[in-house]
Amino acid sequence: MFSRMSGRLLGIAPAVPALIVLFVFFLYPVVRMLGYSIEGGTFEWYAKALGEGLYLQVFLNTFEIAFWVTAICLVLGYPLGFLLATTTPGWATLGFIFVLLPLWTSVLVRTYAWMVLLGRNGVFNRAMLEAGLISDPIPMLNNFSGVLIGMVHVLLPYMVLPIYGAVRRVDPSLVSAAEGLGASNARIFRRVYLPLTLPGIFAGAVIVFVLSLGFYITPALLGGGRVIMVAVMIEQQVHQTLNWPFAAALSASLLVVTLAIYALAQRFTRSSEAA
Amino acid sequence: MSRRALVVACTAIYIFLMLPLLVVFPISLSSAAYMQFPPPGLSWQWYERFIDDPQWVDATVRSLYVGVATAILALALGVPLSFSLVRGRFAGRWLVDRIALAPLIVPTIILSIAVYGMFAKLKLIGEWYGLVIAHTVLALPFVVLVMSAGLRDFDRGLEQAAEGLGASRPRTLLRITLPLMRPSLVSAGLLAFISSFDELVVALFLAGPNMTLPKKMFDNILMEIDPTIAAVSVMQILLVSIVLVLIGRFGRGLKSAGR
Repeated sequence: MFSRMSGRLLGIAPAVPALIVLFVFFLYPVVRMLGYSIEGGTFEWYAKALGEGLYLQVFLNTFEIAFWVTAICLVLGYPLGFLLATTTPGWATLGFIFVLLPLWTSVLVRTYAWMVLLGRNGVFNRAMLEAGLISDPIPMLNNFSGVLIGMVHVLLPYMVLPIYGAVRRVDPSLVSAAEGLGASNARIFRRVYLPLTLPGIFAGAVIVFVLSLGFYITPALLGGGRVIMVAVMIEQQVHQTLNWPFAAALSASLLVVTLAIYALAQRFTRSSEAA
Repeated sequence: MSRRALVVACTAIYIFLMLPLLVVFPISLSSAAYMQFPPPGLSWQWYERFIDDPQWVDATVRSLYVGVATAILALALGVPLSFSLVRGRFAGRWLVDRIALAPLIVPTIILSIAVYGMFAKLKLIGEWYGLVIAHTVLALPFVVLVMSAGLRDFDRGLEQAAEGLGASRPRTLLRITLPLMRPSLVSAGLLAFISSFDELVVALFLAGPNMTLPKKMFDNILMEIDPTIAAVSVMQILLVSIVLVLIGRFGRGLKSAGR
């Protein structure tokens, strides 16, 4: 009895310093800041955030961008994850290096590089002008497509890694069996790989979508002030308008959506595991 | 899709992934006075401008020590926390687990403005240790993820053997457990360092007039986009490559380095 007690106490003790830091510098300030949104017992700031067309539009834009980023990441990430999982170990290591190197390179470096590539006088426009393919530069920056390209580049590795993991877990004997029974490649993919890697696809899509919702750097730099996402609007409310209650209401709305998607995703994953 | 089509498609995707990293190399060596591609000639002028500009150098030095301090603090807090999470048996462990990983889920902009509000009252804006504290909160989940994975794979028979031979608990920890966990510790520390070294959003709010490297880069991109930033980018890419090589050589699981 006594030893069980002391074991229990030892169990949580090492976590205490980290928990204190997380409470004081993370949970408390976030809860306190969110509290500003209902100071004075009024919900007017939420009404403004979600009721006024201008601000609602920013939320809708954010969802639209997150949706397209997720869709494109899936289309590009699946083949890459699949190849990494089914190639020889040597190629897989090399392939991983070229996925992890961009992942760990500063988002600022990559955003700057896209400005160099996509700008009006950028590498792509210059090359196409000189080749005579176009007569005027194509606007690829400071618009929707520029933000999409930049965000897909940042988030693609988050899609590749879970899909890689899912394809790795597919039992190779199932594939051999399907081949032995005369199934075509397309059919093997559709009937074996796709259903078995669905959890990986789902995990990657949730991560990419949720991270997209809170994106700041890429839309701020590649959107050129024309593509406003929620995080950019929150920053403006704090730095420029100094409207804390409104910033808090926007933050709370963003946080609720983010947590709700995670909660739903976990529920879905658990029920599919139980099945 | 045939295997060949898959390889062709993936090659194109790899070009997309690597192109932005490669394009900054020639630009950083350009002899032109402004952004021009391909560069008309080669020179080191943008690297020289970086070294000669105290603003760039100060920002780099500040980011380096903030990153090192963040890594040390995140390890000091995160390693014991991971022991508790993997080996502890106590009520509410799932809740501690959620709290430890929460900074990964909560959008950084929300954490930034919340801590900004708090630090403004405490007059901590512009203090380097204020930034270290906020970066430590962001780095903790990486430390916990890497260390927990390492601890779960750890063979506890080795600890039982040491204790059976009469070693005390602290001695077992220092002589057996931590040395064997070194690869995880190396990975966790390097990930925490890089996460701070690259961090912009928190720094935009907390750094005040004192620049960190990402903040200086951000301002530079917004104001005047000269190739100095390409030179800085090249150095960043090389630094990250070195860190990845270190993780591959001395750390645990390159593949667990996904953030």
